[in-house]
Amino acid sequence: MSNFPWLTVAGAIPLVGAVVIGMTPGRSAPGSPADRRARDLLVKQIALVTSLVTLGIIIAMAVQYNTGGPRFQFTQTYQWIPQFGVHYAVGVDGIALVLILMSVVLMPVVVLASWNDVEGGSNPAGEPPARRSVKSYFAMMLVLETMMIGVFAATDVFLFYVFFEAMLIPMYFMIGSFGVGQRQYAAVKFLLYSLLGGLLMLVAVIALYVYSTHGGHQGTFLFTQLSHLSLSPTVQKWLFLGFFIAFAIKAPLWPFHTWLPDAATAAQPGAAVLLVGVLDKVGTFGMLRYCLDLFPSGAHFFTPLIIVLSVIGVLYGAVVAIGQRDIKRLIAYTSVSHMGLITLGIFVMTSQGQTGATLYMVNHAFATGALFIIAGFMISRRRSTLISDYGGVQSVAPILAGTFLIAGLASLALPGLSTFVSEFLVLVGTFTRYEAAAILATAGIILAAIYILWMYQRTMTGPIKPEVAKMPDLKGRELWAVAPLIALIIVLGVYPKPIIDIINPAVTKTLVEAHSTNPVPPHPAPAAATAGTTSDVRHRARASHVAQAQAASKRVSVTLRQRSSA
Amino acid sequence: MVSPAHFIALSVILFVIGAVGVLVRRNAIVVFMCVELMLNAANLAFVAFARMHNGLDGQLIAFFVMVVAAAEVVVGLAILTSIFRARRSASVDDANLMKY
Amino acid sequence: MTGSVHSALMPQAAAALTTYHATGIQDAAGLLLAFPLAGAAILLLGGKRTNSWGHYVGVAMPLLAFAYGVAAYVQMLGYPAAHRSRELTLYQFIDVGRFQVPLGLQLDQLSICFVLLITGVGSLIHIFAVGYMSHDPERRRFFGYMNLFLAAMLLLVLGNNYLALYAGWEGVGLASYLLIGFWQYKDSAAVAAKKAFIANRVGDVGLSLGIMLMFAQFGTVTFQGVFAAVPSASHGVVTAIGLLLLLGACGKSAQVPLQSWLLDAMEGPTPVSALIHAATMVTAGVYLIVRSAPIFDLTPDARLAVAIVGAVTLLFGAIIGCAKDDIKKALAGSTMSQIGYMMLAAGLGPAGYVFAIAHLLAHGFFKAGLFLGAGSIKHEMNEEVDMRRFGGLAKVMPITWVTFGLAYLAIIGIPPLSGFFTKDPIIDAAFAKGGTSGALLGTAALIGAGITGFYMTRVMLMTFHGERRWDDTVHPHEAPPVMTWPMIVLAIGSVFAGGLLIVDNRLLNFLGPVTGVPPTRHGLWTWSGIVALALVVVAFGIAYALYGRREIPVTAPAGSPVTVAARKDLYGDAINEGLLMRPGQWLTRLSVFFDNRGVDGLVNSLAAATGGSSGRLRKLQSGFVRSYALSMLVGGVLLVGALLLVRL
Repeated sequence: MSNFPWLTVAGAIPLVGAVVIGMTPGRSAPGSPADRRARDLLVKQIALVTSLVTLGIIIAMAVQYNTGGPRFQFTQTYQWIPQFGVHYAVGVDGIALVLILMSVVLMPVVVLASWNDVEGGSNPAGEPPARRSVKSYFAMMLVLETMMIGVFAATDVFLFYVFFEAMLIPMYFMIGSFGVGQRQYAAVKFLLYSLLGGLLMLVAVIALYVYSTHGGHQGTFLFTQLSHLSLSPTVQKWLFLGFFIAFAIKAPLWPFHTWLPDAATAAQPGAAVLLVGVLDKVGTFGMLRYCLDLFPSGAHFFTPLIIVLSVIGVLYGAVVAIGQRDIKRLIAYTSVSHMGLITLGIFVMTSQGQTGATLYMVNHAFATGALFIIAGFMISRRRSTLISDYGGVQSVAPILAGTFLIAGLASLALPGLSTFVSEFLVLVGTFTRYEAAAILATAGIILAAIYILWMYQRTMTGPIKPEVAKMPDLKGRELWAVAPLIALIIVLGVYPKPIIDIINPAVTKTLVEAHSTNPVPPHPAPAAATAGTTSDVRHRARASHVAQAQAASKRVSVTLRQRSSA
Repeated sequence: MVSPAHFIALSVILFVIGAVGVLVRRNAIVVFMCVELMLNAANLAFVAFARMHNGLDGQLIAFFVMVVAAAEVVVGLAILTSIFRARRSASVDDANLMKY
Repeated sequence: MTGSVHSALMPQAAAALTTYHATGIQDAAGLLLAFPLAGAAILLLGGKRTNSWGHYVGVAMPLLAFAYGVAAYVQMLGYPAAHRSRELTLYQFIDVGRFQVPLGLQLDQLSICFVLLITGVGSLIHIFAVGYMSHDPERRRFFGYMNLFLAAMLLLVLGNNYLALYAGWEGVGLASYLLIGFWQYKDSAAVAAKKAFIANRVGDVGLSLGIMLMFAQFGTVTFQGVFAAVPSASHGVVTAIGLLLLLGACGKSAQVPLQSWLLDAMEGPTPVSALIHAATMVTAGVYLIVRSAPIFDLTPDARLAVAIVGAVTLLFGAIIGCAKDDIKKALAGSTMSQIGYMMLAAGLGPAGYVFAIAHLLAHGFFKAGLFLGAGSIKHEMNEEVDMRRFGGLAKVMPITWVTFGLAYLAIIGIPPLSGFFTKDPIIDAAFAKGGTSGALLGTAALIGAGITGFYMTRVMLMTFHGERRWDDTVHPHEAPPVMTWPMIVLAIGSVFAGGLLIVDNRLLNFLGPVTGVPPTRHGLWTWSGIVALALVVVAFGIAYALYGRREIPVTAPAGSPVTVAARKDLYGDAINEGLLMRPGQWLTRLSVFFDNRGVDGLVNSLAAATGGSSGRLRKLQSGFVRSYALSMLVGGVLLVGALLLVRL
């Protein structure tokens, strides 16, 4: 099975699903409203099954991933446009693997959560449902899933660019046609912002190709070859900027963030999850994969600036989030704050920072995704996005409030929940190199407590408002949508090691490519003290637990390798 | 002796007359004729230069220009006729709906 | 407790201890976390199905944990003193480069003290809560949260590295948040819960920065690694770590300047106040300082800061305790003050660590007893907490009166009850520190002892003696046995714990290997102890004159400026509001405005400028063919001209 085209198959399945949805009879087909509902249900079921199958394929692939193996695995390379050295080349390293996993886990959740969104299920009062078809919404969602897998899996810069830009199209329509409020404005803003960045990146991509032809070589867009390109520092700076601005807008890094709150507010909750959970991560993923690897000296030149912007983003996003009146907007601003932490972790160039940042991308998607989804369920009941319209929800809908609280606590990085591990890794990695940045960013955790708990207090606790008194609790489909996320938040918070073990080798390679090493502590603890406990005389035979754990992880990887070669 | 300069001078004069005619006249037919005049001024220059360089390129292009001009007149007059039918006027200033 | 009596004139720091693998029963120390965690999971995930029997699970789990703790303690006693520190790794938590954090547990003399306190007193309070919460429809959820708290608190004291400690640290913060806001339908409870969490978070920032600094300097966050490396670090770094840990301790232990949340935390059900906000969680700061003894031993500056914070808080809390009419808030002020004593002791270094822990353990008994007594009263008085509406309860609630009274005698330090044994060594050690600082700290502690005598007598008199001031709608009588028995057990603890710990230097010999050994005290009676006792007697007299002989008005009199200030928590909230909240609100508004008009405004104005200029430019498209022709001509001429110019 080792030559099985996992990534291509996994990427193709949602596309096939979208085509199948396209072939089902549409809205204009004859039939009673009941028939129409049945047709819509079929579409949703197809979308759900497709996303679950994709999830299954990716999990089957991930199980075979060898953490000690070559950098890119499950690779496939075919010529696409030979004249320009463009390839269809896919493959994953640890970073891309966890991000693909994250995307495909989110997808069925989002499909479930968006079940009634096209019909206006989550719209605020007075907001008519989008006069568009259920078919196109879910088909676009599946197309988007294909592109998500593609953008993370691409190992050809041109292919990456194609996916990077093409992702905008379904998302543009999902916001502009199916959203609420100022959806056109938000969609156009989102599109223009992203396009601006994308075009700058296109220039840099073409320039990369041109530089790859220097010295009489056959030009190429293959990442593995481009990363060996030796570029002068000046060229690196410019090309770095071209890529970085695109990714900074996508991430979004302060001050390029203003499209996000508008877009996330205008989008349906499910679309907002994809927007914040996955599309934003493409930006930070790009920074980690492309900016550092291709332009190490450019990255080092801009590092101080980016760190300053990141820290501003962390604090600024949090402060502005505190002042929001709209739930979805508040969550969007918390994301600005968290994305600042992620870029901070990437550019401090320590393995803790970058591993933490990658882990944060995953955890943030689950935590913020859960927040958006549960907020969406709440909005679908009260028909309002204003925080002030709620109050006392916990007394009438304890499960809704409880899951919302867990997601919120994950957002404020409570230990035991997944984001804590990543946030602490980012901060500790930052501290080893930039104390001041770490101190300021750590102050952000107070602000996080304020914006989450204040929102929780205003919406969920206190006397029950008459409008929410009859609010039903989460049930059935909604529970199925929320439960996986909550479970992941807790499991990854208690036992993050499997994911860290996948990410860490990839990050180590990135650091090497970026010509960076971890700072060495000035007063390292003596080895004996860190090696673990001293064995008692009677139990000298027992190896230390740390060594055992390491040996165990090695055994696992050996078995994995054997399995994959078998 | 008539030198190429004379032909060029004549060509310029014809071109200017044509250009001024296009700018100042309102009647579409006259504007058309003036455009033809400018084209022919260009043709004259082409032929003169061809002669001067003993090449055939310029003459060839002159034929092209004539063909294009003929095609243009066919299309243009058809449009003019239909505009005249619709608005009872051949003035170019009256046909100003396509703006902003 | 075996081991030789150390005698030295100077305090001795603890030698770097070797840690051994846990074996036998201790190897299963994970059970200590597993029991309450399982309880929390069953109760919180089980939902309404577990309503009928949930509280049994909720009580069984701490009891099981306590039984296990006793077994582990017995096993520890079997080891020689130098071999008592045992640890085990449950699994590797984080492993990134040098940042290797095992989820490891450490059973040593210090943590076992806390394990026994937490599970023992915790079990009693759980039992009490079965009765106290019997009418609450959400009793199951309450026990779920309480078990969650126990798990987090045990992780806090058992973790063998600072990150595990931090996880427990924030975990108890969460449990505290959930329990303070247990009656979340009351706005005041929800606000108090949020306030507690945020104030704690400020402290947590200090702790987490301290951990980061340790990692940056030493490349490890395990206790062993840090303590082994800390002597090589510069003085500035060690002091910085010490101060950051102190900030963390201030947040969790409600010490000045992060004290304001504790009084509001009394919004929680009374068992919560007893367990979390008196006996265990709020003492975590003291644990942190004592646990970090090898760090604080190297930095007198940070130690002094700890002692000053403790001294200020012990006065601060005591003064607040004098003015509160709400019995729980009076006791909360007292808690703050008593923890101040512990912090003061911890700030004295090896001379005080043991006494800090001794006072902490004794305090766990008598303060839990006081709170349960208050809970018992509140339960019978229809949730009334205003002491001005109590009075004369001694006759109707005799058991509560006796148990509360014993705890009262213990806290004010009447020999031979606990407080006398554990508080006086702290005052004594403060004076023994020497110099101006020693004298000031000692004096503060002495005055604090006097004020303690005053406010506790006031509580006692207003609640149990004098005329009954409650109206006829309430019919107080003694609480059911499920509530009185825990109070009785705690009262016994309040009587004997101090003596058991201090006489014959038992705790000192037991903890010595971990905390270092203070200079030997000669006899139990020191001059400072006598002065303190005299002050308490005087304070009792004053309190009796004010509250015992005169009639107590049902509405509070205006009072002196000091009283007014103390009623308002010495303006702690006002200061927070003026210095942090209002500027914060302005900053928030400003930022939101800036984001809309500044950052987004820039983007939108760029868009508007583009739109505007295109709106103007399109006017050129006038529809006049001849103007188009003219512009073509002009363009052509310009083009030709430009070509000519370039050619020339």
